[in-house]
Amino acid sequence: MWDGIGDFLAMGGYAPYVWGAFGMVALGLLLEGLLLARRRRQVRARLQRQSRRRSAAAAHNQGE
Amino acid sequence: MKGRSIPWLKFTAPASFYALAQRLVPWLWPAAALCAIAGLYMGFFVAPPDHQQGDAYRILFIHVPTAWMGMLLYLLLAVYGAIFLVWRIKMADIMARAIAPTGALMTFLSLWTGALWGAPTWGTFWVWDARLTSTLILLFLFLGYMALHAASDDREKGGRAASLLAIVGAVNVPIIYFSVEWWYNLHQGVSVMRSDGPSMADSMVAALLLMIAAFWIYAGAVVLRRAQVEALSREPRTEWAQAAAVGRLTRDQRQRAAADTALDQQPLGPEGEA
Amino acid sequence: MMRPLWTLLQRDISLIVTRRQDVLTVVAFFVIVITLFPLAIGPEPEKLRTIAPGAVWVAAALASLISLDRLFADDWRDGTLEQLALAPQPLALTALAKVIAHWLSLGLPLVILSPALGYSLGLQGIELAVLAASLLLGTPILSLLGAVGAAMTLGVRGGGALMALLILPLYVPVLILGAGAVNEAMFAAPYQAHLSLLGALLAVALPLLPLAIAGALRITLD
Repeated sequence: MWDGIGDFLAMGGYAPYVWGAFGMVALGLLLEGLLLARRRRQVRARLQRQSRRRSAAAAHNQGE
Repeated sequence: MKGRSIPWLKFTAPASFYALAQRLVPWLWPAAALCAIAGLYMGFFVAPPDHQQGDAYRILFIHVPTAWMGMLLYLLLAVYGAIFLVWRIKMADIMARAIAPTGALMTFLSLWTGALWGAPTWGTFWVWDARLTSTLILLFLFLGYMALHAASDDREKGGRAASLLAIVGAVNVPIIYFSVEWWYNLHQGVSVMRSDGPSMADSMVAALLLMIAAFWIYAGAVVLRRAQVEALSREPRTEWAQAAAVGRLTRDQRQRAAADTALDQQPLGPEGEA
Repeated sequence: MMRPLWTLLQRDISLIVTRRQDVLTVVAFFVIVITLFPLAIGPEPEKLRTIAPGAVWVAAALASLISLDRLFADDWRDGTLEQLALAPQPLALTALAKVIAHWLSLGLPLVILSPALGYSLGLQGIELAVLAASLLLGTPILSLLGAVGAAMTLGVRGGGALMALLILPLYVPVLILGAGAVNEAMFAAPYQAHLSLLGALLAVALPLLPLAIAGALRITLD
């Protein structure tokens, strides 16, 4: 259907429109995923710190 | 305590929801990716160019799904808002809050792709047409929801006020659509957005359906993940949340947490008032 | 049902009369915004005439927005709102009384002033009457919608700008129909349909939005 990669990228002369649209969608979804993953890591790390501190305190109390 | 016997109420407990989402999301990501790859392949390598618009029409494969998702997610936002207002189910607010950013992103993307599609086909990036205008307003409504939620110091109150806004907005969106359509048609005579396109080729329909499926599943995965994070950060001191953060949420802990939530969420019962 | 409404209305009106400075400020704001249009666009009468309906309506929407900002704030801060919420009459009625009082103090002056301002922008004859009529039907809806926003943003950080973000999108249909009616009149086209639709919106908004306002107030007071 396409005559090589160059023809595909040219999109029948509509390259800026087609790739601009697909590019922005890809960028948007990628950013959303990355931001969400970062926030998930942060929240989980915070909870893990808390739980470690709590179990350390519990162990300390038992030791006495 | 009748409520507990209804199975769908089970997932109103953040702990049960968390476990369910934890099981679902790992399947959703690859499913969305597969649908997207298949859809892109169909859309770029199987579907022929349009006889009028050439290859520019291929923007349709992402424009239509994003536009649909934007509207659908706003509707869902309003529904969850209503559930939260009426039954005070915290999980509904968590879901609504998790939906809003994805909905705003989808609405923005549908405007962006629509503009880039409009430029070669109608010769302009933007017209004040009913659909475009109401989509733009939809974006503002999403932003307003998020801003109101974020501005409130009291999460419960902020959630309720934002839910109310979502409902008022949902009533308003059709009114906006029709008022703009009316106004525009009376003045410009012909609408630019005539959808008199010939029936699409089968391969185009297949590509579009695959892309729609991909966006649905993607949105589901992202919303569930965000709701998980939100649920964790709202109940940071609970046993289940701390266990979940380490990745070891046992069935026992989950059921205990669910029972606690059921006790919490009893404003409906007669003794709940006390 | 009518008596508490009347009493509340009297109270709110007397409050507004004691603070008439605020009312004058908002009306002055409305006039100034309209004055900005000729200054920014240039004095050619033809150009001004085309933007006149939109200019007056945008100014009315902005004036309504900034005046509604404080609709419930004072009553909320000194605890009156809480007392009113505990009173036997429905909170929606209280809200309706407040909105009516607000409209009398802001919407009505705008309606009365609008023909003069429309004239200064080049509207004539029947167009002025349609402008006033559209504002008469439309500004109550703006007040009602704005009151929902004011109730939602009570006690929230960044109230004013936030309220604009929440409420201006909801103003869109009213703005379109209101300015549209005047535009129709300018093209000697039938404008009654636009006015009827505005009236229909008002008829829907009048019973429903007080309930939404009351809901928002309860959320704040809880």
